[in-house]
Parts: sequence; structure tokens; C-alpha cells
Amino acid sequence: MRIPRIAALAGGIAVAAALTLAGCAPSGGSDTPASTGVVTFAWSEPENPLIPANTNEVNGGIVLQNMFAGLVYYKADGSWDYDAAESIESDDNKTWTIKLKADQTFSDGSPVTSNSFVDAWQWAAADPTLLNQYYFIDGVAFQGGTYDGGENTLALNVVDDTTFTVELATPRADFPSALGYTVFDPLPKSFFDDPKAFGENPIGNGPYKFGPDGWQHGTKLSLVPNEAYNGPRKAQNGGIDFMVYATQEAAYTDLLGDNVDVVEAVPTNALATFHDDLGDRAVDQAAAVFQSFTINENLPHFSGEEGKLRRAALSHAIDRKEITDVIFNGTRTPARDFTSPVIAGFDPDNIEGSDVLDFDAAKAKDLWAQADAISPWTGTFQLAYNADGGHQEWVDAVCNQIKNTLGIDAAGLPYPDFAGLRTEVNDRTIKAAFRTGWQFDFPSQANGLGPLYATGSGSNDADYSSPEFDKFYDEGLAAQSQEEQGKLFNQAQGVLFQDLPAIPLWYSSVTGGYSTLVDNVKFGWDSWPILYGVTKAE
Amino acid sequence: MFWYIVRRLFQGIPVFFGSTFLIYAMVFAMPGNPILRMFGDRTPSAEQVAALEDKFNLDQPFFVRYFLYLGDVFQGDLGTTFSGQSVNDILVRTFPTTLRLALLAVLIQLIVGVTIGIISALRKGGIIDVTALAISLVLISLPVFVFAFVAQYFFGLQLGWFRPTVGPGAPWQDLILPAIVLAGLNMAYVIRLTRASAIETKQMDFVRMAYGKGLPERRVIPVHILRNSLIPVTTNLAADFGILIVGATVTEGIFNVPGVGNELFKAINRHDTPEIVSIVTILVIVYVLVNLAIDLLYGVLDPRIRYVK
Repeated sequence: MRIPRIAALAGGIAVAAALTLAGCAPSGGSDTPASTGVVTFAWSEPENPLIPANTNEVNGGIVLQNMFAGLVYYKADGSWDYDAAESIESDDNKTWTIKLKADQTFSDGSPVTSNSFVDAWQWAAADPTLLNQYYFIDGVAFQGGTYDGGENTLALNVVDDTTFTVELATPRADFPSALGYTVFDPLPKSFFDDPKAFGENPIGNGPYKFGPDGWQHGTKLSLVPNEAYNGPRKAQNGGIDFMVYATQEAAYTDLLGDNVDVVEAVPTNALATFHDDLGDRAVDQAAAVFQSFTINENLPHFSGEEGKLRRAALSHAIDRKEITDVIFNGTRTPARDFTSPVIAGFDPDNIEGSDVLDFDAAKAKDLWAQADAISPWTGTFQLAYNADGGHQEWVDAVCNQIKNTLGIDAAGLPYPDFAGLRTEVNDRTIKAAFRTGWQFDFPSQANGLGPLYATGSGSNDADYSSPEFDKFYDEGLAAQSQEEQGKLFNQAQGVLFQDLPAIPLWYSSVTGGYSTLVDNVKFGWDSWPILYGVTKAE
Repeated sequence: MFWYIVRRLFQGIPVFFGSTFLIYAMVFAMPGNPILRMFGDRTPSAEQVAALEDKFNLDQPFFVRYFLYLGDVFQGDLGTTFSGQSVNDILVRTFPTTLRLALLAVLIQLIVGVTIGIISALRKGGIIDVTALAISLVLISLPVFVFAFVAQYFFGLQLGWFRPTVGPGAPWQDLILPAIVLAGLNMAYVIRLTRASAIETKQMDFVRMAYGKGLPERRVIPVHILRNSLIPVTTNLAADFGILIVGATVTEGIFNVPGVGNELFKAINRHDTPEIVSIVTILVIVYVLVNLAIDLLYGVLDPRIRYVK
């Protein structure tokens, strides 16, 4: 039967609208992108060359994310799916077999093989001057990962052109979910000839490649769609221009004037107004960033049983909701656990002891008095922060609440800059509580627990050591099912709530926005806009 | 004159060594390890810190680092930032933009400020005199970011006369608004100085003589009054130019001008020693040269000034 023309047209529009709303065309579908306009993104110069093993901040990371296809990629909600890999399997969570999709190429035409991954990883793991070497040793404990380097550091084994195996030091059920991080991207053969030149003009296997204008330092970096890429993240626009902005304020001003399309951070002075300024185009969603403050065991009055009581008293003395509402205009969410609401497995209702995060002046006073019975409090409670990061307001507020609730002296302790604060934290010479934060590298609760609280971990600034926590954490890491893992990690967090090696404050939100010229702008779990899905008419 | 210039240039040599040494020492004394900053909230292992300190020579004693740096400078290499970019490239990229912005700002001050100043002097107490005084006093008492944001909001976003921020490549027309803001801040001085100086000159014998011998006003004002009133204004404008090329960090930030000020600010945040020292040293040298040029300009404005060898 012939379909009446009007109905066909309407149907066509409906399908087109559905595709547009979904944000990306079905994988392996038609090669025509949904739009042809070039999306502009407010950006600033990366701090390091564009090499996956050496890029650990957002500006370099977001370029790499769009230029490379790792084994897996993350969807907006933090779940993962295969990108360059066809399958990643293991019987024991320790030895993993990775199969690649056939016939993939880099944008220069060279093939993507097992060696593209294996050589890249070995190279990254062998050189401690690469900022991300960490991930192959502590982040994900690969078998053989050490700091002394060497040609074949990791226990990786190439089976054939599209198959290789990975041996981990300890069983880890969430291993595939870690592999979407840019650190684990493949590298073409040409990289190893001249890594320095590659860092200025990288060649990837992802949705985009360098445009003819390439990278004009100080002005912009242009990416155009990479026709060779045939994975699930096909570019839905005519390219991305990463425009260099000196300040967030300037970028935001340009967003208001439609001179830039996507902004991933609203400046502090516009936080109160950006919802009104942008309406539906304002983005304000929870981020995988956990904020806290940490008190090292070696600080007087904060060790043993006395320390536990005092930490709990401090936690009860803080009215998190008031601070997130008043100081942050609701762009923070009071913490309810040690991870983040956007990370799979978030389940604070089933964690024992999470009520220590509730504001309760009477209980706080009572706990503090109990601690005083062990050893009377003297001096001032100080909370150290770096003055270059906009922390003063909330630190002062927290200190005031502590002062008013517990009746002790409390004050912020500013350090001129971040490097100064971290140096003293790292040397353990700091004589105060200090602000800490954690941005998840990959969407797994393990990433927010192990590196911070497991005995002897790299970022365990509190020198926390609890055999009980370690046991639950290790068991959770190796757990065969999500459910089982969730339960064990909840128990591990229960231990943390008793001991409070860090006192949770709140989760950050990503605050961004987009212009009237673009559609389908979504921000991922990692707070980065999913640029390949953005559509823009020419 | 030639020997005067040579002598002044030779005086720049101790200035160069003194400033590089002082700045290097000050950056060295900044508390905190820049390596730790690179890792954010994550704590790197001791091995990684050691390897990176070795890579960037941060583990060397002060004098070794300083002389390594000087050695590179004499080979024309101002060093490499932590991000692996050459400082030479950064300067070549940012300095011309700052220079253009500073020139534009000084030009606006010169044209607008001096004109208003002369008119105010000739029509003392007149409407232009009073209005100019009021407006320039308001501008001078405003903090720069207030003036900059207000100008950006009205002329950029509301009226649309200018692009609110400077676009790619920093074209001249985009630099006009930030230049007006920068010029506005110093405008009051230029107007007041020109006015006072012109009033004084107006009463000089040679001006009365010029009028007396029947020269028309259009000749007396520019040649006799203006030229002889310009010395204090020139000094002020030169000083302002010096301040502007060192980078107007706040204004550059608000209008997104890809200039030296912002680059320097970022470098200081990163504790990026070669970049900070190189940029500041270049700025010191430029400052010395600008001052020399100004001193030479005095002779042009007032032939009575002679340069002693």
C-alpha cells in the first residue's frame, strides 16, 4: 500500500527528531552526520603535550577523548560499552583476554592492532616522568608494574593481531570499566619514532582528527571528523574548534553573546545568575568529584579513640546543607558517602554509620566532651586550604560552624597556592587539618576508595590503615557480581564512617551551558561535555 | 647623541643580569613543589617525583640551575615550559598582541586626552573643561574590573558595537574596547597634565610674542603651545606604556586578550621558572628600551635638551 505523502513526511520528521533527541545515530548506521556545523568549545591550552600517558587535566584530556577510541567508552550515565574492543573477558578477574574489532585504522591509515595497545601501555608504564605512569602501577595494579621501568614492564601478551591478554596483580572485577580512561588509548607506530612531534600533532583512531588548521597555539585547536572511525561515537557535527580562553569569565561572556557554543565551567561570579541567563541551556548536574577534609593521625588530639570521637564531633558540627545552599548556590550536594552519586553502586541508605554526616549540635558537643575526658582540648582547630582555588568562603563557614557548635577556636589556614599546600601534605609536615578532594578517573567506586584509604596507597594522605577496611575493599574488588561488590564496598565504607580518615563534605556539580546555536548537548559522568554528539546547523 | 645611546644600551647589561638573577632567586624561593601541583589531589610516588625533578633540573642547587638557564639564554633559547612548549614561541605569540593593545591605548590617550586637555586650558572653566574633569575623575576612581565589565556589558553585549571578547587572532577592531578601558584609567592624568602645562605655556613670553607678531591661532596653538606643553604628558604616557606592555592582566583576562599578562599569570601559578624568568626579563629589557626612546623624544620636543656623552 502506498503511504500518503503527508504521513510519510511526518514519519520522516518523527524519525529524524528521534535521532536528534537520542543525540547520536545508531552505531554502524548511516555515515551522514546529523549536522555539519563546527561546534566551538571554550578551552585553554593543555598543561602537557597531547600524549595519553602524559595528559591528566581536562583541556588535554577532552581533546584526546575525541581523537582516540579506547577499548571501551563511557556513556553519559557512567556505564561503559565497547569502542575499539569486541570483547573483554576473564574467568578469574585476574587474567583478561581482550579482542579487538577487525579492520580498524588510525587516521593516518595505519592499522590498529594488539600491539597498538600493548606497546603504548608498556611505554607508559616504563617511564616515571610520565604523569600517568601511576595508573599502570597503583591505579590498576598490572602484574609486573613497578617503578624501575624496563622494556617489558607489564605482563601483557600479544596472541594475534586482534587479541591480547593482560595479567593483573590482584583480581579486579571492574577492570573493563577502567579502560575507557584516555591513559589506556592505543598509539600508532609513528608515535614511537618521535613522541615530541606526536604531542603537538597526535594521530588517533577516534571520532575526530586534526583539521587542516591544526593547533594554533594561543588561539584554537581544530578537529574534523575522522572518516576512518566506524565505532559507536560517530561525530554528529562538522568538527570541533577548541577556542582558547584566558578566563572562565571571558568564556561565559562569549556564551551569552553566542560567540562560543559549549562552556564546561561557569565562573563563580555568575553562579547565582546562570540559570536565569541561560534558562534551559544551563547545565547543572552532579559530578564525580568528592570533597572532604582530612586530618592526619599524627596531629595532636587526633589519634586513637580520642581522634575518632573528635572527627565524629567535627562531622556532626557541620551543617553541610546550609553551606551548599548559601555559599555554593546549590552547585554542591551534601555528601552522603565516600564516592559520588554518579558512580554506579551509589547506595548511601545501606551504609552503616552514614548518619555521622547529619548536622547534630547536641551530639557533636557530647562527642567532643567525651574526647575531652580522654585528653582535654587545647589550641585552635585549623583547616588548611590553598588560597588560589576559591576555597576561602566555605572554609571560613565550616570553621565558624565548628566554632559555634563546639565552642572551640577554629580558623582557616591559607596557603598561597596549591603547590605549597600539597608539598606540606606530602611531606607530612602540615600541622592542621587540610582540604582534600577526589575526581574519579573511571566510573567505579573502587577508584574512590582504594587509592585514598587502603593501607599504604599513594594518595592516602591521612596515613589511614584499617585491616577491616582493606579486607572488605579487596574482597569487593574481586567480587564476581555487581551486587556482591556493592555490598562489600558498602561495608568498607561503614568502616570509614567509624574512623573518618577523611570527613566528607559534599559532591561538586558541573556547571556549564551552551549557546542557542547547538542542540543535543549532554555532559558525561566525568563532567565533560560529550562533544561528538552535539549538533549544530551550518 | 650616538655615544649617548651606546652608553645607555651598555647600562642595560647589568640590568639584565640583575633582573634575571633576582627573578630567578624569587621564583626559586616560592614555597611548594611544582611537581606535586601537576598531579592535583593525587599523590605521586616518591619515585615519580624524583624522576620529574630530575627531568626539569629541579633537584639541582640554585646556582647550577641559574647558570644552566643563562647558558641556554645566550644560545637564544629562553627555555621550555613544563608543558614542553618553547618560551620563545610563547613570547612571539603573546608579546605582539600586548604591544598592539598598549599602543592602541596610548594612542587613544594621546589623541583624546591631549585634545581635551588643550581645549580645557584654552577655555578654562568652560563646559568641556568641567565635564571632562568630572568624567575623568569618575574613571580614575573606578577599579579596572568594574569599568571593564560595565563597558563589556553595555558596548559589547547590549549595544553590540564591539565583540564582547577578543576573537581568534586578536584583530585590531576587537582590541579597541579593551584599549578604551585601559586608556580611560589613565585619561584623567593626561587631561590634567596637558591642561596645567598648557595654561603655564600660554602665559610664556614666546606665546605672547607669537600672538603679538600676528600669527593666527591655528599656528600658535599646535606649534607654540602644544609642543611646549608635551614634555610632562610624554613622561606620563611613557610610564603608562611601560605598565601596559608589562601586561594588563586583569583587562586581558576580562576581554580574553591573548597577551603577556595572562601568560605570565598562568606561569606563576605553575611555578614555571624558565617561563616566568624569561618573560619578566624580556619585559625589563623592553622597559629599558622604551625609557631610552622617551629620553630621546625629549630632544625632539625641546631642542634645548642636549645629550651628554
